[in-house]
Amino acid sequence: MTLKEFWHRLGSPKWFYQMSGPWQRAFAILAVLLIVVGMAWGLAFAPPDYQQGNSFRIIYVHVPAAILAQSVYVALGAAGVLLLVWRMKMAQLVLENLVGFGAWMTALALFSGAVWGKPTWGTWWVFDGRTTSTLVLLFLYFGLYALRRAIPAREAAGRACALLAVVGVINIPVIKYSVEWWTTLHQGATFKLTEAPAMPASMWAPLLVNVLGAYCLFAANLIAKLRTAILRQEQGTAWVREWAGREARP
Amino acid sequence: MFAVQFRRDWLSLRRAKDEAINPLVFLFLAATLFAIAFGGEPRRLAGLAPAIIWVLVLLANLLSLEALFRRDFEDGTLEQLLLLAEPPFAAVLGKVAVQWCMSGVAMTVLAPVVALLLNLPLAVLPALMLGLLLGTPALSLIGAVGAALTVGLRGGGVLLALLLLPLYLPVLVFGVSATLDTMAGVGAAAQFYWLAAISAMALTLAPFATTAALRISVEQS
Repeated sequence: MTLKEFWHRLGSPKWFYQMSGPWQRAFAILAVLLIVVGMAWGLAFAPPDYQQGNSFRIIYVHVPAAILAQSVYVALGAAGVLLLVWRMKMAQLVLENLVGFGAWMTALALFSGAVWGKPTWGTWWVFDGRTTSTLVLLFLYFGLYALRRAIPAREAAGRACALLAVVGVINIPVIKYSVEWWTTLHQGATFKLTEAPAMPASMWAPLLVNVLGAYCLFAANLIAKLRTAILRQEQGTAWVREWAGREARP
Repeated sequence: MFAVQFRRDWLSLRRAKDEAINPLVFLFLAATLFAIAFGGEPRRLAGLAPAIIWVLVLLANLLSLEALFRRDFEDGTLEQLLLLAEPPFAAVLGKVAVQWCMSGVAMTVLAPVVALLLNLPLAVLPALMLGLLLGTPALSLIGAVGAALTVGLRGGGVLLALLLLPLYLPVLVFGVSATLDTMAGVGAAAQFYWLAAISAMALTLAPFATTAALRISVEQS
């Protein structure tokens, strides 16, 4: 199967449903494995930071969540382009099912950041460039969610959200640099993380494992949600009925 | 097309003045509230005035955006506009230009009075007005995308705020910091360039997004 063929097939919910069962399992197993290994390694075996002591270990939750928060929004923008330009059916499902995961990851990044900030910076919250742009990201997710809920027609809601996601992706760099510039002007380096020399491998290797695990979790979660959504959307079609009959029989 | 649309909207605006004036009254009223609330400490108010004025301008702009496409949507004009052979880019731009005249330009003209209420030093006034003049086109243009997305929806007002305020953030940041830096005696040229750049980018991209959003809104109704 060529890449182009694969791409066209990916647009068909039926094909996706029939193929994606093993993918979901693979990603889920990988996610559990990587996260368990990464967490155990990071929390128990990595050496404590020379300045922050053990409190730095929250990085193993914080950084994967923050990376995912941004990646998911970019994915939403990509799905938005696919939906607006090619009217791809699957893109609509992706848009509908990704917002919640992204919003939760952003919230987790903000929360873990606050918990980390208390012992290291001495405060829960600082309007520093990165924290502010993450907070704005959370509001962008809320906006997508609210817009989808407000439009009754499903297809129109999907396309409206697609447009908003694309506009948001264009705006994110501007927002990010504007707040960073703002804070560097006025607060300077007061609240920068203690600048330890580049992390030793014993610290960043578990982080990498955790980030990969988070991506696998993201993939497994998305595929699972898509599969459910496909079944709901196509419930009247022959193949779903046949599938339901086969599942019910054994 | 731009001129025709501009003239038409200008005329209909003149015949329904309240819609245009109410957001400006809101700006005054809210500024007065701040001034009264800070009554005892005019000096502290002066330091906060740029931030207060810019936030109020953002909110007042939201209020005037709500009506941008509403009437044309309800009586079907919008549908006709989208059905024309000519791309609706220029017409959309004409509508936004009228909205900008009644929000951005009007607020810039009124800014001295609001600044007076909030005890802003007179020397900073040119910086505030220049910032408003350069930044408000971006507010109107980006706002038009949100207005187009929410035009057919019930309770669109709050939704509009939720969608647009995060996107307004850069304009707020540069607008306020331009005024504050001028107040502190530091040059603020960079911020003005930034505001102009954001407006220029919005001018080139936002009308396309607005048109697409209008199509979505019209198709579902």
